[in-house]
Amino acid sequence: MISDAIDNEQVELLLNDVLETHGYDFLEYSHASIKRRIIRLYGLDNFVSFAEFRYTVRTDKQYFKRFLEEITVNVTEMFRDPSFYKSLRNDVLPVLGTYPFIRIWVAGCSTGEEAYSLAIVLKELNLLNKSLIYATDINPSVLDKAKKGMFPLNYLKQYSENYLQSGGLKDFSSYYTANYSLAKFDESLNSKMIFSTHNLVSDHSFNEFQLILCRNVLIYFDKDLQHKVFNLFDSSIEKLGYLALGSKESLEFWPKAKEYKRVKMEKIWRKL
Amino acid sequence: MAETVDSISCGALIIGGSAGSLDVLLEIFPALRKDISFPILLVVHRKASNQSLLTDLLKSRTTLTVGEAEEKEFLNAGKVFIAPADYHMLIEEDQSISLDYSEKVNYSRPSIDVTFQSAAEVFKEKLVCILLSGSNADGVEGLKSVNNYSGRVVIQNPNTAIMPYMPQQAVLNVEPHVILDSHDMADYINKLNG
Repeated sequence: MISDAIDNEQVELLLNDVLETHGYDFLEYSHASIKRRIIRLYGLDNFVSFAEFRYTVRTDKQYFKRFLEEITVNVTEMFRDPSFYKSLRNDVLPVLGTYPFIRIWVAGCSTGEEAYSLAIVLKELNLLNKSLIYATDINPSVLDKAKKGMFPLNYLKQYSENYLQSGGLKDFSSYYTANYSLAKFDESLNSKMIFSTHNLVSDHSFNEFQLILCRNVLIYFDKDLQHKVFNLFDSSIEKLGYLALGSKESLEFWPKAKEYKRVKMEKIWRKL
Repeated sequence: MAETVDSISCGALIIGGSAGSLDVLLEIFPALRKDISFPILLVVHRKASNQSLLTDLLKSRTTLTVGEAEEKEFLNAGKVFIAPADYHMLIEEDQSISLDYSEKVNYSRPSIDVTFQSAAEVFKEKLVCILLSGSNADGVEGLKSVNNYSGRVVIQNPNTAIMPYMPQQAVLNVEPHVILDSHDMADYINKLNG
């Protein structure tokens, strides 16, 4: 990758176009990271000039779909950070199990690996039938993948190890059937999921939840945008509900953080 | 190959390493002066599950403050920032850290290339990058960027590397400012000024 193929001014031009033409606002994303994604895509798709790249992004709706999918990071994993899932299983979900009905929002769900992991834990705690998981992402094409619940088979060994480390009770392979190179996850898992596009930058709160999971999404946002999104979550979490973040993310510098209490050592906070 | 380092103004030092680099780091860190006047960043390949082993090891060998990089943290002089396992570490214009969980680069996350490249643009001629022992070519593309932005490229002498492939690839593909034996590195770093 030629790391200086596009300069900072050009990044700004492009992102302004994207906002004006397509209504997606990436201007408050972490600059170094989004710039790297843009240069990566520019190289992958063999554009000969920035002007051509810019024109295509602006005018070609089909290409913009690809742009959106490639500019955002869609790398995710099942049961990533096993100790986090252990804490969900032991400390958080049993508390929510005392409610008649559990509403969970997986914000920035990408291709759905976290939503399915969560559904598996809920199922093992006999809570899935009274739960509803809202899985949202900015990106319609990853949601199509998430709905299918099919993940590359070659990752399943790692996922299975993660699952066992997180306190999983069963044989992980009982949750999927292998189909060529894909593992198709049991339909009972996504029967309790609702998939929808939602843009954390521009869309509003749409419900109240007892748990919001948003892991490794906020690292791509600048501080101001992070705080806006925390406010959005705050208005979407019931009293005594939980907010779960990625292992390197924190509520720490958000002004309302005092109204939340950390759950043990994990990146989980409870609204007081 | 020798050059005087007295004149080099260093905004940040980044050390990248893979297999065989830990021994070098454990040799360098106890010998560093206490009043280092620039931030030191480390990008070391390791298993995603080895969360804090490297941090703990280095903490025990130096009086400098050592910690895993936090996202949006500002780079302070005299502090050691370790790229967290399983995240890429990028540097912003305002000299803060961004973490990134995107695709692996050279089968690695953190990737040395990613940090070298993003820091090259920010620190330009004030960046010093050292590439240590390793068995893949991560870091080589990054060193090219460092060169393009007039930063300093330092490569471990492949003959003194436990895994010579990585420094060898660097020497073949990038014009280094200096090639150093592992036991000369602490001295080189101590002579850099922020």
